[in-house]
Amino acid sequence: MVRYAAKRIVIALLTVFTLATVTFFLSKLLPGDPFMNEKIPVSVQEKQRAYYGLDKPVVQQYFIYMGNLLKGDLGTSIKFVGRSVVDIIREFFPVSARLGLIALFFAEIIGILFGILCAQYRNRWPDYVLMVFAILGIALPSMVVGPLIRYVFGVQLRWLPVGGWGTWQQVIMPAFVLGLGTIAGNTRSMRACMLAVITQDYIKTARAKGMTPFRVVWKHELKNSLVPMLANLGPMIAGVLMGSFVVEQIFVIPGLGKHFVNAVSTLDYPLIMGLTIFYGSFLVVMNLLVDILYGFVDPRIRVK
Amino acid sequence: MQADRMDFSPLLGGTLTGEEMARPETTYLKDVWRTLRGRKTAVFSLVVLVLLVFMVLFGPMMNEYNYYSNDYAAANQGPSRVHWFGTDTLGRDLWTRVWVGGRVSLLIAILATIIPYAIGMLVGGISGYFGGKVDMFIMRLIDVLMGIPSLIYDILLIMVLGSGSISTLVVAFTITGWLGSARTTRGLVLQLKEREFVMASKTLGASPMRLILRHLLPNTLGIIVVGMTMTIPSVIFAEAFLSFIGLGITPPNPSWGQLIKEASEVFKQYPYRFIIPCIFVGLTMLCFNLLGDGLRDALDPRLRT
Repeated sequence: MVRYAAKRIVIALLTVFTLATVTFFLSKLLPGDPFMNEKIPVSVQEKQRAYYGLDKPVVQQYFIYMGNLLKGDLGTSIKFVGRSVVDIIREFFPVSARLGLIALFFAEIIGILFGILCAQYRNRWPDYVLMVFAILGIALPSMVVGPLIRYVFGVQLRWLPVGGWGTWQQVIMPAFVLGLGTIAGNTRSMRACMLAVITQDYIKTARAKGMTPFRVVWKHELKNSLVPMLANLGPMIAGVLMGSFVVEQIFVIPGLGKHFVNAVSTLDYPLIMGLTIFYGSFLVVMNLLVDILYGFVDPRIRVK
Repeated sequence: MQADRMDFSPLLGGTLTGEEMARPETTYLKDVWRTLRGRKTAVFSLVVLVLLVFMVLFGPMMNEYNYYSNDYAAANQGPSRVHWFGTDTLGRDLWTRVWVGGRVSLLIAILATIIPYAIGMLVGGISGYFGGKVDMFIMRLIDVLMGIPSLIYDILLIMVLGSGSISTLVVAFTITGWLGSARTTRGLVLQLKEREFVMASKTLGASPMRLILRHLLPNTLGIIVVGMTMTIPSVIFAEAFLSFIGLGITPPNPSWGQLIKEASEVFKQYPYRFIIPCIFVGLTMLCFNLLGDGLRDALDPRLRT
């Protein structure tokens, strides 16, 4: 287990290092110069460049940048004058994280429940209905579902607020849109996992012993089908994170995803770089945790 | 009820021989096609996709409008006999824009699936065939790169390459997209290279590259094709995603993602403008997913139930 975990950690560290390096050198290739402006005298432009350390050779800039990263400094935003990227993350990420966690939590539970229902009623109407829902959930991206349900439930029926952040009513729609892909994906994979478990001999044995159907499902089928589901958790987290870019835009939620998209449109390069590294490292760490948890739960993984 | 002697008749003597094949032989492809045909959803998806491709190619020719000319006198019209899907804020015909946009979206989806898969197959094939240090190095590299979330990187890559054209998107998706197929191919090649036909070819003096390209990779195609069918919808999604955050194809060129983005800003006033491209995006993603499901069942005999 320690060997397995150590190997994962080394790979994760290398990934974060590659991520930071590639981001830095890509940013040097970015077109345009944020300080190019005919109205500003050249001497002032020089000073601005010097302030951001852009007058030094690229290799030296790289080492300074990496050194700063190790100290937890992700750089300074250009458009939010004087605010550090870390500052911006600290202010806006909690909003995204809360929304993402709520979405993920409910989506996992609902998806798994749907998957169980599908497997238990396989090839009968509950299975068909839920599978149609699951396939639609996979086929309809968030930028389609988001504006649509916002219009129906927010504008037409006026059941829920159309946007904003703060009350629990404002969470429902964005969390649903954000979690829809996860619900759909989990329904499908939970169904498949459970169908694989149901045909195993130990399930027959459990039935033959006279266990009630509910106990068979709860004690044997569920436990054993949940293990492979863990492997899906990494991609699901990534999906929710990426989805937050779109959903926060649609429902006007002051989260980090919205700021990332704004940074892209205002060409705030240091902010984009900082957030890219932040999001990347965040996902790497999440995947690492899922991997280690997976190895912990399923001994076969860490032996391989 | 009693059986009557007359209900039975003797078999035709001598015509039946146990050695003969009862049915004509089938090839692998015929077998796949037969299984696929048995799956209604897959056949339905295939038909819809063929129709969509037809419309994307010939739809813009069905009326006299083009996708870029502004006509302010005809702005913001609903669907009518003149403009079948209505017009947008600049008076451009949406029927034409939807199909031209589909052309762009599907072209990106197909190119950004085939090119990364080809690269991934080659890398995976080399890695799996040679094994040892080469394999070790390539696999560790993939382990490291796999951890980098691809969509975030696509954003940065597109900003560097200069956003806006089909080739930019395809290059960005290729740089981030070959890893998965390389890993899959390597796993398949590891199994295949122990088989007799590979040994036979090796004994006859085939070079490693010939072995990989002529024998190993073609035999992985079944599973690879399923993977590709499942990748196309995710590329369509990625294109729509990038358009939504303002990094897709540059106007006036349409793409489905671009049309959805434009229309989502005026959703309240003109919902049909949003819903029409959404239907086609949803339909395309749905059909590729269903077709992929059907193909997986048809191509992999072990999964058949």
